[in-house]
Amino acid sequence: MKFPSARGPVSASLLDVLRGPADQGYEQTHSLRKAATQGVAATESLISDEDLQLALFCLYELHYGGLDGADERWEWNLGLLAVRQGIEARFEQELRAAVELPDLDAVSSDEVASVLFGLAAVDSGPSMSRYVAKEASLEQLREFLVHKAIYQLKEADPHTWAIPRLNGRPKAAMVEIQADEYGGGRPDRMHSALFARTMRGLALDDTYGAYVDAVPALTLASTNMMSMFGLNRRLRGAIVGHLAIYEMTSAQPNKFYGNGFRRHGFSSDVTWYFDEHVEADAVHEQIAGRDLAGGLVESEPALLADVYFGAMAALAVDAQLSARTMAAWKAGDSSLRAPLPVNA
Amino acid sequence: MMDEQSLPQREKEPQAAVVVCPDGPLLIRGDFEIVSSSGELLPRQRKTVALCRCGATGIKPYCDGSHKLIGFRTEFTEPEPNEAQSP
Repeated sequence: MKFPSARGPVSASLLDVLRGPADQGYEQTHSLRKAATQGVAATESLISDEDLQLALFCLYELHYGGLDGADERWEWNLGLLAVRQGIEARFEQELRAAVELPDLDAVSSDEVASVLFGLAAVDSGPSMSRYVAKEASLEQLREFLVHKAIYQLKEADPHTWAIPRLNGRPKAAMVEIQADEYGGGRPDRMHSALFARTMRGLALDDTYGAYVDAVPALTLASTNMMSMFGLNRRLRGAIVGHLAIYEMTSAQPNKFYGNGFRRHGFSSDVTWYFDEHVEADAVHEQIAGRDLAGGLVESEPALLADVYFGAMAALAVDAQLSARTMAAWKAGDSSLRAPLPVNA
Repeated sequence: MMDEQSLPQREKEPQAAVVVCPDGPLLIRGDFEIVSSSGELLPRQRKTVALCRCGATGIKPYCDGSHKLIGFRTEFTEPEPNEAQSP
């Protein structure tokens, strides 16, 4: 993706480092590491810290599509990994503090699935999807897509990191779900490609990362959380729980989202992404709950707490983001850092 | 060279499996077709599908998750004794 604009001392220092060659190793990142340590110590909420979430997003981006023109050797630079770990430690600590786990007495895959379906059922999310279905203006629909674009243009990628960390039943389940996410062999049906089509239908730029500067820290945090769970093997329980709860809270909201775009007269070309998710995720949630999450807990019972943690952290961050977006819209404001140019 | 001993065993493997999901749909995985009552292939977008069994879906015959909204339950419950049928 293109280089974003800095939001504070840590992201400014990081972007500065990334513009140079990665030829002097660890020492090259001295001032960045100092800024990051100070930033993490000073922040009141890392989840909503603009500077640190943007820095973390760019650090993870080195493992995905990269930053345009940045030296690709930065990906495994020890100094940048140290900065990432410093931010991640505080991020994980805040996420763990934000959730209260259910009783850890589930043993069988059916029991794990049942608890996760129960968590999904009390999700406070539907207010957002009902608003989109019934009230959102065209401008708000465009903002809705801009927030979603940060993840959906690389949909499924953060969970794919987990595949080689799983074995047997949960691995087969993860691959089965991901193969469907990636279009079952048809590139034009990849969920990320369907989302890009929806964006184009609303005259939005479907280039990956085009709107990073527009979205607030919470939107970046939602995607950063997945990258952290996916890239750290020890958090494989959390990325599995995250995928399970995403699948379980998807079919019904996507039906409402599709209705919101139909209400504004958009064709099935635009709503295909949402319509596809209604059917796909009704399949995926069964596989993800029982075979993926339940299967993982049956083979590694010690991961039960992290499966629930990943699920509940996903619900907690997305509930905060929905509340922030809805509050802005109800006040007649933009939910973005700066309103979108009209028909840009 | 083909292992002739193993072939009959492999042919006995079922071609498709139906997973009966508690309080949810029937998941079908493997090699199968979904056809209308007159034998015509129905539209199908994915290899593994979930067929509705609560009746509330908006995308029949596939599941759309509506079973969760209507409180669909599949566990077996002992029927109440019916006096009319008692001897």
